[in-house]
Amino acid sequence: MSDFAQHLINGVAAGTIYALVALGYTMVYGVLKLINFAHGDVMMVGTFLGYGVAQKLGYGNQSTLWGVLLIFLAAMAGCAVMGFVIERFAYRPLRDKPRLTALITAIGISFTLSYGFQLDFGPLPGAAPRAFPEIIVPTEWLIVGDRAVVIWNWQVISLAIALGLMLMLQALVYRSRFGRAMRAVSFDHRTAALMGIPVDRIIALTFMLGSALAAGAGILYAIKDTAIQPLMGLYVGLKAFVAAVIGGIGNVPGAVVGGLLLGLVEEFVVGYSSSSWRDAVAFGFLIIVLLVRPGGLFGSVAAEKV
Amino acid sequence: MRSALAAVLTSCVLALVACEKKASAPPPPPSPAPGGGTAAAPSGGGTPGVTADTILIGEVGSLTGSEATFGISTRNAIELALREVNAAGGVKGRKIEIRVYDNQSKPEEAAQAANRLINQDQVLLILGEVASSNSMAMAEKAQPAKVPMISNASTNPKVTEIGNYIFRVCFIDPFQGYVMAKFAHDHLKLTKVAVLRDLGSAYSQGLADVFERKFTEMGGKIVAGETYTKGSTDFRSQLTAIKRAAPDAIYIPGYYNDIGLIARQARELGITAKLMGGDGWDSEKLFELGGAAVEGSYFSNHYSPDDPNPRIQKFIADYKAAYGSVPDALAALGYDAAMVAVDAIKRAPSLERAAVRDAIAATRNFPGVTGTITLDDKRNATKPAVVLEVGKGKTKYVATIAP
Repeated sequence: MSDFAQHLINGVAAGTIYALVALGYTMVYGVLKLINFAHGDVMMVGTFLGYGVAQKLGYGNQSTLWGVLLIFLAAMAGCAVMGFVIERFAYRPLRDKPRLTALITAIGISFTLSYGFQLDFGPLPGAAPRAFPEIIVPTEWLIVGDRAVVIWNWQVISLAIALGLMLMLQALVYRSRFGRAMRAVSFDHRTAALMGIPVDRIIALTFMLGSALAAGAGILYAIKDTAIQPLMGLYVGLKAFVAAVIGGIGNVPGAVVGGLLLGLVEEFVVGYSSSSWRDAVAFGFLIIVLLVRPGGLFGSVAAEKV
Repeated sequence: MRSALAAVLTSCVLALVACEKKASAPPPPPSPAPGGGTAAAPSGGGTPGVTADTILIGEVGSLTGSEATFGISTRNAIELALREVNAAGGVKGRKIEIRVYDNQSKPEEAAQAANRLINQDQVLLILGEVASSNSMAMAEKAQPAKVPMISNASTNPKVTEIGNYIFRVCFIDPFQGYVMAKFAHDHLKLTKVAVLRDLGSAYSQGLADVFERKFTEMGGKIVAGETYTKGSTDFRSQLTAIKRAAPDAIYIPGYYNDIGLIARQARELGITAKLMGGDGWDSEKLFELGGAAVEGSYFSNHYSPDDPNPRIQKFIADYKAAYGSVPDALAALGYDAAMVAVDAIKRAPSLERAAVRDAIAATRNFPGVTGTITLDDKRNATKPAVVLEVGKGKTKYVATIAP
């Protein structure tokens, strides 16, 4: 029973990060019908920015509340700007071209970021993995039995931050003028333009929002798993993409549910069968979901007009 | 438009077919080496690499790319060895020169570099590499050309199986698995061990298999076996499953970048079992990534800088004086590879490649920095391994375990 609880904690922690990254995939897909394969690498850049700020503040394993806040804000703002630049110069010129062109460009951006960051220029980049400072000083908050279940302060704080970000996004998408415009663009961007919605600006803002969320997820990831390196985005990005598809790509609550489900499925497969099955079951789960509900758990299948 | 495309495609296919034909045709009669200017054919008479006062040897190393630290230590140590040899008058009245090529940590570049050394530079023999996949790519070129090759640190058994011209001065993977099993059983007196291995790595699988077999034979018990895949950074699910089995120790034959995280997460989950591993742990980065969590763990390695043996201490002092850092195991192995080669050239009755090969194969009880090296009939070095304990920012010598 106690290891069931521990597995649950591990799974939720991994799942919230998948969910945050999946949100970026899903929002961009919603407005552009583009799978932004560079998204995981934007997350990587976010963690490196956070790492840079933490270095500047001189954090090894101590910090202040304001310092942590600054690390998050700097990484998120930096990635928002980067998201804007990527959209403006890589994707917007291709918007009326076949969708495959933009997809290949996304893969190109992904490689440019993940391999470009392995070159030694400036203080941040470089191929070697490095340890992200413990910006939330680890303290045990809950211990059940003889250390049978252990919960740390940063696990609870990370979960709270992730949930906070998701709630903010939910409010933004469903309760604000920007959100309504975004949903309209997602529904049909030509008609939205006819209704006077500034489509370009909405798409740019969507990119910035998704990139900022990725940066937030990246910092949470670095707090959880310590090591950061330029290729980390590929792995997390792939898992988050699967999560987005499970939930129904283009659907915001779907991405959250998909992320959590994927995290929990992976965790319990390892816990109760064999760790060699982890990825096989995770991707098998994806296939089963797609067979039963081709649009994903929350997605709707649009009838293709012939 | 379409027909133009078709024309281009067809010509490409034709060109490919033509190339393939050329490649599969019987070897053409000896043609002059491209751009080399040397007239000797690769395998014809003469003595490649040897002039009246020099002997040219080659090295391929990962000087850039993901394993750059491995390649740079190796090259430094080989240069140090050759400087010493030349200062003492060289071999058979000749100075030894070396040509070094970078392989960017990639097997295809390693093969390319080996080709250049063999055909263009006409070296007497080749030293290198660290990564087994790179060494195997080089050996595939060296063996057919009958050029002796000594790998300094490739531990995968398959490397020297490529042919009778391929040697190594390090021990092989199965031995490391045995060493840790023996250490866990005899020194630490453990009975219950869990194994966590990298599913995609031949190195990790090899060590883990041998460890499990040997430890069980010695009377120990493997209480849990879990796996992970390269690239993942969250090992909590595997570790939670291991925790349930309550082992005395966890054997993790992986690379330092994974070990640091595994150690942290194990301690975080309240696992107090000892951690053990192999030479893949040997890196400065282990201390940064693992922090306090990895302290008190044990791993097997090729040599220890703490070893009081004067031969080792002299090497460390010389290396420090030349390059300003304590040599790692790869540097020590690079030094030994160069010295074994020099020793063989000295003993060889002539400076033909075949004679040098026979002399390398006859290496017995050579006093190296990484132990006394004897090459067995499979061209592998049989020699002891050391077990190191991880401390604060450095390692400590614990034991030597003989084959």
